[in-house]
Amino acid sequence: MVCTKQKTGIEVHMSSRNKILSAIRSNKPGAQPLPGITGFTAQQPDTERFVNTLQSIGGRVVRVRSFEEIIAHIREAFPEGTRIISSLPQLAGIAETGWSNAPAHSLENVQLAVFKAQLGVCENGAVWVTEQDIVQRAAAFIAEHLAMVLEESTLVATMHDAYLQLHNQRYGYGVFIAGPSKTADIEQSLVLGAHGPRTMTLFLV
Amino acid sequence: MEQSNQQHADLARKFNGNESRVNWHDETLWWIRQKRDKIVWQVPEWEALREAASQIKHHVLGNLADYLEEFERNAQQNGVTVHWAADAAEHNRIVHSLLQQQGVTRMVKSKSMLTEECHLNEYLAEHGVEVIDSDLGERIVQLLKEPPSHIVLPCIHIKKEEIGELFHKYLGTPEGNADPQLLTHAARLHVREVFMSRKVALTGVNFAVAETGEFVVCTNEGNADMGAHLADVHIASMGIEKIIPRREHLGVFLRLLTRSATGQPVTTYSSHFAKPRPGQQMHLVIVDNGRTVQLGREQFRNSLKCIRCAACMNTCPVYRRSGGHSYHTAIAGPIGSILAPNLDMKQYADLPFASTLCGSCSNVCPVKIDIHNQLYQWRQVITQNGHSPAAKTAAMKVMATTLSQPKVYTLAGKAGRWVLRNMPWLVNNRLNPWYKQRNMPEAPKQSFREWYAQNKKQG
Ligand code: SF4
Repeated sequence: MVCTKQKTGIEVHMSSRNKILSAIRSNKPGAQPLPGITGFTAQQPDTERFVNTLQSIGGRVVRVRSFEEIIAHIREAFPEGTRIISSLPQLAGIAETGWSNAPAHSLENVQLAVFKAQLGVCENGAVWVTEQDIVQRAAAFIAEHLAMVLEESTLVATMHDAYLQLHNQRYGYGVFIAGPSKTADIEQSLVLGAHGPRTMTLFLV
Repeated sequence: MEQSNQQHADLARKFNGNESRVNWHDETLWWIRQKRDKIVWQVPEWEALREAASQIKHHVLGNLADYLEEFERNAQQNGVTVHWAADAAEHNRIVHSLLQQQGVTRMVKSKSMLTEECHLNEYLAEHGVEVIDSDLGERIVQLLKEPPSHIVLPCIHIKKEEIGELFHKYLGTPEGNADPQLLTHAARLHVREVFMSRKVALTGVNFAVAETGEFVVCTNEGNADMGAHLADVHIASMGIEKIIPRREHLGVFLRLLTRSATGQPVTTYSSHFAKPRPGQQMHLVIVDNGRTVQLGREQFRNSLKCIRCAACMNTCPVYRRSGGHSYHTAIAGPIGSILAPNLDMKQYADLPFASTLCGSCSNVCPVKIDIHNQLYQWRQVITQNGHSPAAKTAAMKVMATTLSQPKVYTLAGKAGRWVLRNMPWLVNNRLNPWYKQRNMPEAPKQSFREWYAQNKKQG
């Protein structure tokens, strides 16, 4: 609360909220229309560009035709006994799928998390998931390695095209993920694996 | 940040005590600027995007109160508790009271320049609360007991050998090892423990969407998400100017932000927080701290469009050769020099003079803030308010200290590169004489022209 003295000498309390809003109203510039941004949308997706961009930011791209191929690939990279979690029933043979109610902290020893992404963005290699897709928000971050399954038909050219699809979507949490977590804070040398997954593999179906 | 009575020129001179370090700092930032250029040239509609972003922000400033109310309403409907803070002190009190409600004295925090501006860590430390900054660069400067020197790259001024030493001392890494891979991994393990054990996490906010009540946080490291998703309470601090009208506008800003900042196509994570997890509390603290005053300053209100990408710093010949700490304010560089005098005109009177007014900042700014023009205008305002003489002298000294290092450019082979690095506007303007191209050729022109003529002779 902020106290202001009026001319009458009576002290009135004005909440910071109202004080801020009224200061804005008296200080704001004249109205200017919102520009249209429709001109930026509806570009053609380009798979090659998506793959190259994702690889350039540290992602791995594996083209597959079936879940059998995905399973074979995972089996090759992660020996039996590795803790793998997934939201995909097709992976139930190699991954835990019943962890939706497990405490987030208990996922700390997960080696690999595999999810299905809703769409991919060619211009920046990002894929979009919401908490429905990743079951628990922490799951896409706490795992040592992350893999995403993406259908090629969901690729869009730019972020504008992505939001054209997402603008009405309801979610509690959603995230664009572009490659593995990374940092270049030490003398600008790029290191993959900052606080999130150290690798990110994309299975392009 | 420790507020200092020292002026930019003095602090810049100190930074310039080590010439090879200054050159290294300069070259590193210029390299980032070049990465930015490379990726920007791949987007044919770049200029139209900048224009759209600038206009969206302008529209928001004209309707800010309505959008803030809409945002608040929607956020509350989403189950988020919204707080309002008139100034830094109130912001800090709110955060502290939330920690007290949880009965905790430890918190993990991802990058938020607003909390730097509010000196939150210092305030909480005084009240017995330990804050761990989870961004690697911020953790490094925190261990060094320094403020960040750059808003995107907090420890850009520090050498890896120094980080190796620091981590050896605090994290037990092998002595003499300065391998970024090893040091990063050590930090990962150290901060992982923090994420696993903190009940409250604070993050910044990059964009807040009025239409949906959600807010977006961008990181490469994943530290904002790790903190927030593992904590019982998520506090997000935002300035009032972070609002954008609709979700679709994120398309414009997310395309611009990271390309401008580091030359990446987008940050690894663009996280959209709309609702708390079941059982989690989510709090938003909306902060003014001088922003409404700046909104009322007609010639400076455009500075509120800033999306904190730091492109203006990376390109600035003065910033690159004087270092972030020489600006003695939380947000350094050209934009910081516009924001700081609004908070305290006397204390920061020197900052608008710490510029060549070359305009390179305005050329790269993704929201088209007329940065160099505003710096010029601050000089007028500061002079009118009687804070000028010392500052003007300071400006001369800045040029002398940060720009006139004959050794660097007497080497013929290096001359071309030097011009590129130090006088980007010459290139931008297709080698037109710089003084003909500039909009504001007043007092600083004279001194700079003298300097230029003199040094050309030496070259
Ligand atoms: S003023 Fe422009 S260039 Fe500088 S940090 Fe802000 S948005 Fe980026």
